[in-house]
Amino acid sequence: MNADPWQSLRRFTTARIALGRAGHAVPVDEVLRFQLAHAQARDAVLQPLDFAPLAAGLHALGCNAVELHSQAADRAAYLKRPDHGRLLDAPSQARVAALRGTPAGSGELVFVVGDGLSAIAVAGQTLPLLAEALPRLAAAGIAVCPSVFLARQARVALADAVGECLGARLAVILIGERPGLSAPDSLGIYLTFAPQAGRQNAERNCISNVRTAGLSHAAAAVKLTWLAREALRLGLSGVELKDCSDAALPDGAMAAVLPAQ
Amino acid sequence: MYMHTVGIRRYRFADLQTLLARASPERSGDQLAGVAASCAEERAAACLALAEVPLRHFLEQPLVPYEVDEVTRLILDSHDAAAFAPVASLSVGELRDWLLGPLADTAALAALAPGLTPEMVAAVSKLMRNQDLIAVARKCRVLTRFRTTIGLPGRLATRLQPNHPTDDPRGILAAVLDGLLQASGDAVIGINPASDSPAATRTLLGLLDDLRQAYQIPMQSCVLAHVTTQLRILEQEPAAPLDLVFQSIAGTEAANRGFGISLAVLQEALDAARSLRRGTLGDNVMYFETGQGSALSAEAHHGLDQQTCEARAYAVARRFEPLLVNSVVGFIGPEYLYDGKQIMRAGLEDHCCGKLLGLPMGVDICYTNHAEADQNDMDTLLTLLGVAGVNFIMGVPGADDIMLNYQSTSFHDAAYLRAVLGLRPAPEFEAWLQRLGILSADGCLTAPGPASPLLGYLAEAP
Repeated sequence: MNADPWQSLRRFTTARIALGRAGHAVPVDEVLRFQLAHAQARDAVLQPLDFAPLAAGLHALGCNAVELHSQAADRAAYLKRPDHGRLLDAPSQARVAALRGTPAGSGELVFVVGDGLSAIAVAGQTLPLLAEALPRLAAAGIAVCPSVFLARQARVALADAVGECLGARLAVILIGERPGLSAPDSLGIYLTFAPQAGRQNAERNCISNVRTAGLSHAAAAVKLTWLAREALRLGLSGVELKDCSDAALPDGAMAAVLPAQ
Repeated sequence: MYMHTVGIRRYRFADLQTLLARASPERSGDQLAGVAASCAEERAAACLALAEVPLRHFLEQPLVPYEVDEVTRLILDSHDAAAFAPVASLSVGELRDWLLGPLADTAALAALAPGLTPEMVAAVSKLMRNQDLIAVARKCRVLTRFRTTIGLPGRLATRLQPNHPTDDPRGILAAVLDGLLQASGDAVIGINPASDSPAATRTLLGLLDDLRQAYQIPMQSCVLAHVTTQLRILEQEPAAPLDLVFQSIAGTEAANRGFGISLAVLQEALDAARSLRRGTLGDNVMYFETGQGSALSAEAHHGLDQQTCEARAYAVARRFEPLLVNSVVGFIGPEYLYDGKQIMRAGLEDHCCGKLLGLPMGVDICYTNHAEADQNDMDTLLTLLGVAGVNFIMGVPGADDIMLNYQSTSFHDAAYLRAVLGLRPAPEFEAWLQRLGILSADGCLTAPGPASPLLGYLAEAP
């Protein structure tokens, strides 16, 4: 095994440099480290999301959990057919429709939590994020639907189907992002004004990289609240709604929650 | 209408694009598009019907209408009938046998390339097994030059890909030095920038050109910003140190529009880059990337299967005499190529089809974490493409691209392939590596000591 004499270069990048070599090959320590990182990313994609702790946590936050399923029957179908992951299956459609017009189904903004491509992102980030976001949304005068929908085999646009069915003005989905080798637990947030089937990606706003080593829960909650308020005020979302949350908060709210640069 | 009868079942295929799609090996992108065969027997029947189709049909029946698609116009208007003559009377199935036969030697295949259309090549590839795709590609030779010579027999080049999530100059240079010290970078040192701005692109080009000049490295560099961004800095005074123009391309006019490009824009970029006269050995100044599924993801596939769309992208590439064409085969995700088997097949198809059309093909042998694939699949495809004579592969530190979040091939993977197949770097680059003591006289990687002059480059950085 030969070590590389340029290991000091590692201070400049998190890329896998100066690995040394065993013959022409990567030394075994690094091979196994890489394999572990890939295993974690694969598990993040393939492991089913456990809804029970999420439902209990939502209850503690004063919300009511409703479980849904997309038209993608299983993970293999989900990965092959993004179109099926955007649609509710028939029982789920009925479950949402039954809430329409009831107190449990009312509110300007409805939250959907989708497993997406990383169950561990959703398991780890959802409750801390909502704990930060719900009080801020309430303080901004935005009525949040007391039912939070937990959706399996979900793509981003599934939230539009839920929001449309309930007649909500805003649909927000919290969803596991495609895992990288060094960041398998990253949550994405997508917001759509006037949700309805067939909305394009350009009609949504996105907050990405929500995780402990990325965008903090508090910072994401501030951004989400700002985007929700502006979307309701302007009556739109997407490319025409630019995220100016950093500049627009006069009380230094972002500075207080963002880590020092 | 095409048909084939199996026992009492008659399979009908309404038109040529349907026949091609049904004859395609199983892959998720064609199923997503709704053009795939509905069962294995239908797929086999489609192959039997396709084998009978005369090659001339592809000249008479454009798969995307001539009137609405500039790629179709390019393909038909630039078709070389004289070059086509040796195979003009053949069917698709007969072409497969001809390609494997003794008449199709390296010179004959080079002469034939301008006579083949992407659709003919896509069609015949659907009747070829993996070993056929390897054997035929291995007979093709496509040489290109800028400051190095790419594509010589017995050589394997690499694109050094030193990406960094925030384009940090020292982070990028650290990865570049790591690659150079492991004999990577003879195809190109190419950065995918996190920011697509002209200023950032110019900064990164300067970073690589300063390094090149400091050590007199026979190399070319590239920043993979949008072509219009690169054109912008080509128009500035003084001109930016831009060696190669990069652009992602696809096989239909509508898909290219989705990329924000047209043939006219690419021509403008070619002319602008050539006018700088920076190449010392040749003026192949374009670097293109492609990948099956890009047309469908832009909803611009015109009912074609994704592999036929991909082959049409090679007609676009061919027009601009590129130094490098790179099929980024597993990057797009499992909804287009589901698993290691589909990625492997697509990589071999793309390499062979590109080579038959006369292109300097390399492959980014890669996968994402939501695909059913791992490093073992990459090792297999890497080895197969090495045998097939691929012009270049990627060199990514530890195979983990920390900016694009996918896994490709590492500097070590290239060293493996060169070692087991007896392949060497591009000759100009090899001579430089030997001067610096990175390669021994017999072509082996040495263990450079801390006194290696390259290591001084970042030594003073804080």
